[in-house]
Amino acid sequence: MSIWEYANPKKFIATTTPVIPWAFGGAGVCILGGLAWGFFLTPEADKFGSSVKIIFVHVPSAMMAINAWAMMLVASLVWLIRRHHVSALAAKAAAPVGLTMTLIALFTGAVWGQPMWGTWWAWDPRLTSFLILGLFYLGYIALWEAIADPDQAADLTSVLCLVGSVFAILSRYAVNFWNQGLHQGATLSMDAEENIADVYWLPLLVCIAGFILLFLALVLMRTGTEIRVRRLRALERQAQRAVA
Amino acid sequence: MPDLGTYAVEVLASYAVTLALLGGLAGLSWRRWRRLRAEMERVERGRDG
Repeated sequence: MSIWEYANPKKFIATTTPVIPWAFGGAGVCILGGLAWGFFLTPEADKFGSSVKIIFVHVPSAMMAINAWAMMLVASLVWLIRRHHVSALAAKAAAPVGLTMTLIALFTGAVWGQPMWGTWWAWDPRLTSFLILGLFYLGYIALWEAIADPDQAADLTSVLCLVGSVFAILSRYAVNFWNQGLHQGATLSMDAEENIADVYWLPLLVCIAGFILLFLALVLMRTGTEIRVRRLRALERQAQRAVA
Repeated sequence: MPDLGTYAVEVLASYAVTLALLGGLAGLSWRRWRRLRAEMERVERGRDG
């Protein structure tokens, strides 16, 4: 068995349809459970007071905004190299999910920044590259909608995705590259000294798992929808030719 | 309900916006998925019949 079998749209839909309700169920349990754990059962932090509870929505959404673009990059490369339509449609399906995650991270970051930094926004390397990533998401979605020929749209959006990847990487590593600006370094670390305290870390891990499962469920479902849209258009064209 | 002190608005707004956006996206995606699936089944039945 090869992974390329799933490039067959029928096989993709048949395989992923039973997974979707489980992924949604798991996402619901983890997100609601993790947020309830973080909201009700974690203490205030010394420096941040109760605003520390915002990390349970900010960190997973920011993480998924960047990882969604990484997934789109892999799918775009598969399209450019192997010309599998399902991969191009999976990238298209992931973009609105990534954009939503970006908006959540920007909003929650601003709401947290105002009382902590005294400003809603700063042109800090990490924040700026993250905002540009959000604009790339908008541009990517607009480009898909603007081009009638689906293969040409897939080609051009794949190239845009390659270019936007620079900002996805910068969003993640800007703090390490420039070591300046307001935004602190990574919240999670393999180094126990640098990692956040266990009392926050465990519910945060549950929330991150929930966001990953939700992303999986939404991308699988939206890819199935895009496959059906394309199939219906093909059948319409076939019917029109038969009439003519 | 925990005492959120001076940051109650910030914390509650963050949670509310997050859940609203995620719920909205999931709801819209689910509705479109169901509509397209039904339409596809209808078209394929028509072709078979």
